[in-house]
Amino acid sequence: MTTLIWGVLPYVAVVLLVAGTIWRFRYDKFGWTTRSSQVYESKLLNVASPVFHYGILFVLAGHLVGLFIPDSWTEKVGVSEHTYHMFSLIGGTFAGVLTVCGIFMLLYRRRTKAPVFKATTRNDKLMYVVLLAAIVLGMTAKLTHASGDGYNYRESIAPWARSLFTLSPDTYRMDGVPVLYQIHAVVGMLLIALVPFTRLVHMFSAPVQYLFRPYVVYRSRDQRRLGPRPERRGWERTGT
Amino acid sequence: MRIMAQIAMVMNLDKCIGCHTCSVTCKQAWTNRNGMEYVWFNNVETRPGQGYPRRYEDQEKWRGGWELNKKGALRLKGGGRFKKLAGIFSNPKLPEIKDYYEPWTYDYKNLTDAPLGDDYPVAQPRSQITGKPMKIEWSSNWDDNLGGATQYGDLDPMVEKTRQQAADKVQFAFEQTFMFYLPRICEHCLNPSCVASCPSGAMYKREEDGIVLVDQDHCRGWRMCVTGCPYKKVYFNHRTGKAEKCTMCYPRVEVGLPTVCSETCVGRLRYLGVILYDADKVTEAAQTEDEHGLYEAQLGVFLDPDDPGVQRAAEEAGIPFDWMEAARRSPVHALISKYKVALPLHPEYRTMPMVWYIPPLSPVVDALTETGHDGEDHANLFGAIDTLRIPLEYLAEIFTAGDVGPVRSSLEKLAAMRSHMRAVNLGDRPDASISESVGMSAVEIEEMYRLLAIAKYEDRYVIPTAAVGDAQRLEESALPDSCSLDYEDGPGMGGEGPFGGDSGNTTTGGRKLLPVVSVETFHLTKRRQTADDPKESP
Repeated sequence: MTTLIWGVLPYVAVVLLVAGTIWRFRYDKFGWTTRSSQVYESKLLNVASPVFHYGILFVLAGHLVGLFIPDSWTEKVGVSEHTYHMFSLIGGTFAGVLTVCGIFMLLYRRRTKAPVFKATTRNDKLMYVVLLAAIVLGMTAKLTHASGDGYNYRESIAPWARSLFTLSPDTYRMDGVPVLYQIHAVVGMLLIALVPFTRLVHMFSAPVQYLFRPYVVYRSRDQRRLGPRPERRGWERTGT
Repeated sequence: MRIMAQIAMVMNLDKCIGCHTCSVTCKQAWTNRNGMEYVWFNNVETRPGQGYPRRYEDQEKWRGGWELNKKGALRLKGGGRFKKLAGIFSNPKLPEIKDYYEPWTYDYKNLTDAPLGDDYPVAQPRSQITGKPMKIEWSSNWDDNLGGATQYGDLDPMVEKTRQQAADKVQFAFEQTFMFYLPRICEHCLNPSCVASCPSGAMYKREEDGIVLVDQDHCRGWRMCVTGCPYKKVYFNHRTGKAEKCTMCYPRVEVGLPTVCSETCVGRLRYLGVILYDADKVTEAAQTEDEHGLYEAQLGVFLDPDDPGVQRAAEEAGIPFDWMEAARRSPVHALISKYKVALPLHPEYRTMPMVWYIPPLSPVVDALTETGHDGEDHANLFGAIDTLRIPLEYLAEIFTAGDVGPVRSSLEKLAAMRSHMRAVNLGDRPDASISESVGMSAVEIEEMYRLLAIAKYEDRYVIPTAAVGDAQRLEESALPDSCSLDYEDGPGMGGEGPFGGDSGNTTTGGRKLLPVVSVETFHLTKRRQTADDPKESP
């Protein structure tokens, strides 16, 4: 069981993430969008969406730092375990509160505003369940283990996460980890696997290139579009 | 000089009767789909009126178009690049569907399915957004023909501006009111702020014909273009989550046909043609400090297709010969640059719009005639222009950023044309002073008359096809690009096909290739058709 969850599942999630994203990019560019519902309702969204998104970006940065920067590095720079914990607790809680407030406002909006709810697909609902579970579990895990220096995940979870890169994960490191953290990690992996198949893909199209391109874009007419188009793979005519 | 060609449009508002045929045919062609119920790529507004979406001209609210920063350089009114990215998680300046109108249908089924009862069954209106019964309170055209003008007329942002300058000029009392129709499509601007606002770089201006399009595969639904466009002519498809806009019917224009809105216009008031412009001068012109100077500045960007220097530059830039020919015959070029009767819509947005308008004179003539004056006498007309029921100031707010000069000049030319042509039609000798007073020759006036009043189809639409330069390649593509026997291992693929090969030399290996179309010529065809012996033909 340990091997399955901590040795296989992470790779499955990553493979699904990468392969799924490539598949989506190749076959569903048209469906690759934020699917914004702002034209239906914008008052609540104008508050909730930035709160949630900035919060979750913070959370993401926190996870990257927590999981992939070894404590030996931070200690070398002179950050003690206690300082790190306080920093992580305060910063993490702040970001977490932003995210949780944001997502609850977004969920409230989605459920109560009729046009928004009508535009919610089953896929969206599944995504919301997993996303909400991941956020709430993470927050609960963090806060239930906040006393003293809190639970030091940098001696168990983080080394395990880094060992994933070696392709021979130290699954034993996850043995003593509190259950809440374990569930959070599993749901997190599920969320990662879901990203390419839901509207969450829009996270990969953060338009950073906007800062560097000229304002007005010129493009030449697509030469192939004059006259009949070449048939695309999978769309060849049958028979004759 | 970086010379570029653009397909541009001019609309003669004098002839618009507000029948909405253009809107309806456009809707049928392009936006009768889910998610686009509320969208009209072409709409006809009654002015004064709030427009569609409501009060879209109020840029202090919607932040569309460009403005000048302290250094005098162009900056998006909605905020620069960093501001756009920082605010990408929501777009506070985005119009909601309710700012357009909530689209609806009727519960027609109830008419046949209602149980027997004492009351007649009715088809209740249903929102196409929520699916629930709704009360119809606004539409794309609620204030058509000044409907509700006494209540809503003051909400027209241009009325507000006009009143600031000329207090009593705009009246909504029934006896004193005025109106005209303003059909609007995407302006396909030279300096498009929607394109500049798109974070994904999915919107672009085509190099060949200047049409502004959205790449549906690259649009990620950030909605910045909707805010960026001051004319609010980029729309958000709420089902697909992508931006969509007027395409200038490019599939039609490419083969030399006018757009659907032009083709179906019963008033024959739309003109389509090529305009040549210097792309290097666009930014400079858009930065003209004085808003009143923007109209002239844009005229300065356009190039004269009869100028040999321009012709040489066009050839070097690879603009095909038939495009140059079309530019010389372009009705749009004539109305904009030669006669100078067409004016841009809201040049103060600094986007350098490319759909221009001839301001309406007819209401003046009608008003004059009603008062018992000779409505086509030029002295009466010229005098009346300044005391129009449609105040010059109001037209100027729409077409020249408030500068009445060009509007008056345009209306005077139209008035002079009426007087001149009346004389011609009555067999009188036209008074040369009339044409002189507006700076035109009698010949020019008559040419303009032919273009505006006779308005032959081939004069209104001078559209070079996209592909004459590509004719040869197209000719080949008109034939199927693959043989119907070209299936996997079929005879066309060099295989033998399901029934095996024959014994001749046409099968695998020694397969005789059919001549490709490039070697076919008139003479070869003729020889094949007339040869006595098949061996003689190649």
